[in-house]
Amino acid sequence: MNALRRQDLETFAAQPQVDPAEWIRVQLDTGGIAAGAETVFAAFNDARAAFRPGLALLRAGSTGYSFADPVVEVQSAGMPRVHYGRVVPELVPAILEQHIGARELLDDHVIATRKRGLTLDQPVTHVLVRDTNGEAGKTEFLQFALNEEIKRRGLDRRVQVARALDLGVYDEGAVVQLLPSAVTYTNVLAADIVRIAADSIEGGRVLDDLLWKKPDKQVRIVLRHCGEIDPDSVEDYLRHGDGYQGLRRALFELSAEQVIAELKTSALRGRGGAGFPTWMKWQLTRAQPAPQRYVICNGDEGDPGAFMDRSVLESDPHAVLEGMMIAGYAMGASRGYFYIRAEYPKAVERVQRAIEQARASGLLGEKILGSDFSFEAKIRLGAGAFVCGEETALIASIEGRRGSPSPRPPYPSVRGLWGMPTAINNVETLASVPVILTRGGAWFASHGTATSKGTKVFAVTGKVRNAQLVEVPMGTTLREIIYEVCGGVLDGKDLKAVQTGGPSGGVIPIAHLDTPVSYETLQQLGSIMGSGGMLVMDKGDSMVEVAKFYLKFCVDESCGKCAPCRIGGYQLLQILDRITRGRGSAGDVALIHRICLAMQRASLCGLGQTAPNPVLSTLRYFAEEYQAFIEGGSSYARKMSAAASGKTTAPAAPVVARETVKAAIP
Amino acid sequence: MIKARINEIDVEVPEGTSILDAALHVQVKIPTLCKHKDLLPTAACGICIVRNKGGNKLIRACCTPIEAGMELTTHDREIVEVRRSTLELILSNHPQACLTCGRNGECELQSLAADFNIPLESIKRYVKDVPPDKSTGSIILDFQKCIKCGRCIHVCQEVQNVWALSFLDRGINTRMAPAGDITLAESPCVKCGQCSAHCPTGAIVENDETPLVWEALHDPEKICVVQIAPSVRVTVGEAFGLPPGTNLTKKLYAALRRLGFKAVFDTNFSADLTIVEEASEFIERFVHQRGPLPLITSCCPSWTDFMEKNHYDFIDNFSTAKSPQQMLGVLAKTYYAEKLGIDPAKMFVVSIMPCTAKKYELSRTEEMYASGYKDVDIALTTRELARMLKQSGIDFLNLADGAPDSLLGDYSGAGTIFGATGGVMEAAVRTAYFYATGQKLGQIELEAVRGLQGVKEGTIMIGQAAVRVAVAHGLANVEQVLDRVRAARNAGLDTPYHFIEVMACPGGCIGGGGQPYGVDNERRKLRIAGLYQDDRERTVRHSHENPEVIRVYADYLGEPLGPRAHQLLHTRYTARPLYKR
Repeated sequence: MNALRRQDLETFAAQPQVDPAEWIRVQLDTGGIAAGAETVFAAFNDARAAFRPGLALLRAGSTGYSFADPVVEVQSAGMPRVHYGRVVPELVPAILEQHIGARELLDDHVIATRKRGLTLDQPVTHVLVRDTNGEAGKTEFLQFALNEEIKRRGLDRRVQVARALDLGVYDEGAVVQLLPSAVTYTNVLAADIVRIAADSIEGGRVLDDLLWKKPDKQVRIVLRHCGEIDPDSVEDYLRHGDGYQGLRRALFELSAEQVIAELKTSALRGRGGAGFPTWMKWQLTRAQPAPQRYVICNGDEGDPGAFMDRSVLESDPHAVLEGMMIAGYAMGASRGYFYIRAEYPKAVERVQRAIEQARASGLLGEKILGSDFSFEAKIRLGAGAFVCGEETALIASIEGRRGSPSPRPPYPSVRGLWGMPTAINNVETLASVPVILTRGGAWFASHGTATSKGTKVFAVTGKVRNAQLVEVPMGTTLREIIYEVCGGVLDGKDLKAVQTGGPSGGVIPIAHLDTPVSYETLQQLGSIMGSGGMLVMDKGDSMVEVAKFYLKFCVDESCGKCAPCRIGGYQLLQILDRITRGRGSAGDVALIHRICLAMQRASLCGLGQTAPNPVLSTLRYFAEEYQAFIEGGSSYARKMSAAASGKTTAPAAPVVARETVKAAIP
Repeated sequence: MIKARINEIDVEVPEGTSILDAALHVQVKIPTLCKHKDLLPTAACGICIVRNKGGNKLIRACCTPIEAGMELTTHDREIVEVRRSTLELILSNHPQACLTCGRNGECELQSLAADFNIPLESIKRYVKDVPPDKSTGSIILDFQKCIKCGRCIHVCQEVQNVWALSFLDRGINTRMAPAGDITLAESPCVKCGQCSAHCPTGAIVENDETPLVWEALHDPEKICVVQIAPSVRVTVGEAFGLPPGTNLTKKLYAALRRLGFKAVFDTNFSADLTIVEEASEFIERFVHQRGPLPLITSCCPSWTDFMEKNHYDFIDNFSTAKSPQQMLGVLAKTYYAEKLGIDPAKMFVVSIMPCTAKKYELSRTEEMYASGYKDVDIALTTRELARMLKQSGIDFLNLADGAPDSLLGDYSGAGTIFGATGGVMEAAVRTAYFYATGQKLGQIELEAVRGLQGVKEGTIMIGQAAVRVAVAHGLANVEQVLDRVRAARNAGLDTPYHFIEVMACPGGCIGGGGQPYGVDNERRKLRIAGLYQDDRERTVRHSHENPEVIRVYADYLGEPLGPRAHQLLHTRYTARPLYKR
């Protein structure tokens, strides 16, 4: 590609690319690939020539439907655009022949759109059904009954009924979605079937009493391109309408100070966990006189169960690169580093390709787009030490030194990489930047709460029905995320607690489920926002074991530099271990508090300061579980361990008066 | 200047002062384990935490510069509680073997634990069973006692540029050790012992060889003789509570004789001898242009080891004159033995050195056996000597003055300043000037090469010729000097220096790795002052005027650099691999 100029980008913005009429798009992110997406892609590739030579086979990153990997999206004439989940190579002929050829949806694989309609402005062609309470046979019955009614009315040549895999609505009884308008009916009873067929399918009228009016809780800002574009194609990113338009606006319409002002208006805060205002970080770095400044993209995602950054890097690498370049322009930095852990080879590969493509098209290098701004970006691999996500340790690692934190001040914005002022931004933070530039800081700030603006991506995992990537505006409640977006607890069990913020975070019990998620509220509950890991736990999970799991992670990942973290973490783990073996003693809870305090107050970096959080928050909300182990002794511990391995059901925790537990806390 | 308040006391200190140092200005001592006065903070221990008003976190006083308007609290209930807990955690990861530890009574951890009166442990002890590394024979790494403060690593890497020690592994398994899990002997270690001098605990100590010396002293068949190095006389008193720099030369003579040594020699004598040989070498090269310049001193065994591993392109520039320790050893077993009719096979030569590397030097090459025997049998550090004196029941400080044995005992002021950085240069210039001009140097105290600056330079006029000299101490300062020489050499230019002195340890031997604990720059200055005082008080202040030196040449060695001198007093150097594995 020839070096792009400002005018080329203006043309792309004015004339966005039109998708071809028919295509199949396979979601090839790490999660998808692990589930077999590459073999699915190969099967499509083998079969499509014989089926229809012109059929486009596209690649994309992930929409976020991890529970349904591998995911394939299909667009063909006369059909609503749908995602198919849990696709296996054996399903490929059916998708080609039945979906594209016969214009019929496949049963049991469709993931319905989250953009649900409220009006029937187009004739119904397809109907998706599913019993969202998971009652056996009910979905099949619904399909049968609706089919019979449609046949009776002679509509069966025009309308097909298919069983959906997921409708994005949960615990709302029988759900029927009419396509293509995506009008959705919930809690449909047998008696409603005739009405749906007669009034809606035949008559084109919406049944208001059944209509599901709640809009989807998700707002896709960071993930807007994920699953939609080919991450390996700069053309796709450019021609999708807004690719590098944020950079163009920054370079040609705004001064560096104005870019920072726009960020200030957006009130974007660091998405890596601490929530430091991004504009201020840039301002501080810019204000430091120096011959060179650096931008670092922190892609050292390491929380157990977290995969937000990986998904964004794999699905939309150019957005992160664009965000980094805008940051570079704003703070007067001409060098950027992506620090990505080596365990993310796909992310590394795609970012590398993005850098090469950007360089080849004049988006990186000297005098970008004909402006006076020059920028270069490089990748540095992290060797998988969790502590290297800490900014001073990360810098040490890039410089080739042992990845352990150093005291701050000096902050990296004053003395960072190679001694120069450096701004370190998380992947999600940088991915939010281009759209703030194209749509404006005020638009971004219109999402979220008073103190936490915009959206946040969460990786919801654990005992949840639909483990997936979720992007919601700040202020969405935990209940909405878990029940409305992710379908509630797996196997219909009772929710016990949600763990947020990974090993630095804490557990939040159901009593606080309606808390709007923001930096401040989570902190008040003894947890943190963190980078966005969210682990759902049901009644069968022992909170002491959960605390032990996260603590063990931090103990393993402690760099060993400072005594409170190195020894405190280890000793804390020993105490938890003896408690769960039924060998705890009465003074253990007080000792736990004492060690936790030393770690929180005297550890050098965030890892050690926050490592006690899972222990403290479980003690705060589930002290009786600790007490049960301590008082129940080894026989109780044996029963718990048998229950954990699935041999028996967990014994009920002995009733301990809360006051006795509280008394043990100094 | 920065104005702030510490514990409601106004304080005004220069910008960049740490909270820890600022507090000292107002007589507030914030406890710390990892911070060494002379070293950059490692921020490892977490003991020095303080609170700034309005801040929600406790901050480390060692590494946080005080800022204008800070209102700091160094001791309140929570801070002290956290300090206690942290200290208790550190103790839970430390073998409580104080009574049998080399640092017993001089350990910073022990003393802090005593201050805090940590009660019966409530936290279960966990110390990983790792055997100590005794591979060098000079320094012992006792990993179990390490508190991971990082001082040794900082000294080894940044001050000494040796990079033998680093942190390995992580979390509770973090340990200081040579990279790659090799032994210290296989690593680039030069045995300087600066790690042990800066270690707050007994994790790095000298290899204690006092039992071997006791055994020899008790052996009726052995004739034990001893020599004391220049710097030891002004440091050994610290182990007995005297101020640094107190000159105890004569008490040492008496005490060593009481310990059972049949003869007491002074390494200052052989320092004079080294100067005579080295100054002669310099004249050969500088005046007669036989041999390459610059001439580089070689009396520091850590420096020669470092050079052989890292800078072997300078081998030809090295003075081949042996170190004073080795010269005295070989003369004891040849010249002295002959004169007194003693069987050298029965002689047991012990040297009292400021240095852990001197233990290594004893068997460095075959030239260390020039007498036909091991020239020096055992080298003890100042710390080991102090221990022997205490064990022996000698009331050291109240002893009457003693005298050294003749033949190898008299010394000049030039010999005694060997123990300070710049001292060898100063002594050599005094003698070289005389050799070149036949006259005495007017101003014999060379201020240009004195002091604790890392690299010192000067020009001395010897007749019409300008001699450019450089003095470096602390191995990290060597490279810039050598690089300047290399650059000139590669460019075909005249060498920037004619004579270079290098001492591995900061401050020279008075700051050696085997000296009494607690070294910092303040102590280094006082110790150096003690040596210069000794120099000023000597009637003979030129090495070549030492009557016993004159006599040994006349009676035994012949000419400086002559065949016998060459056979007994000179050595060779070879390039060595940085890693032995």
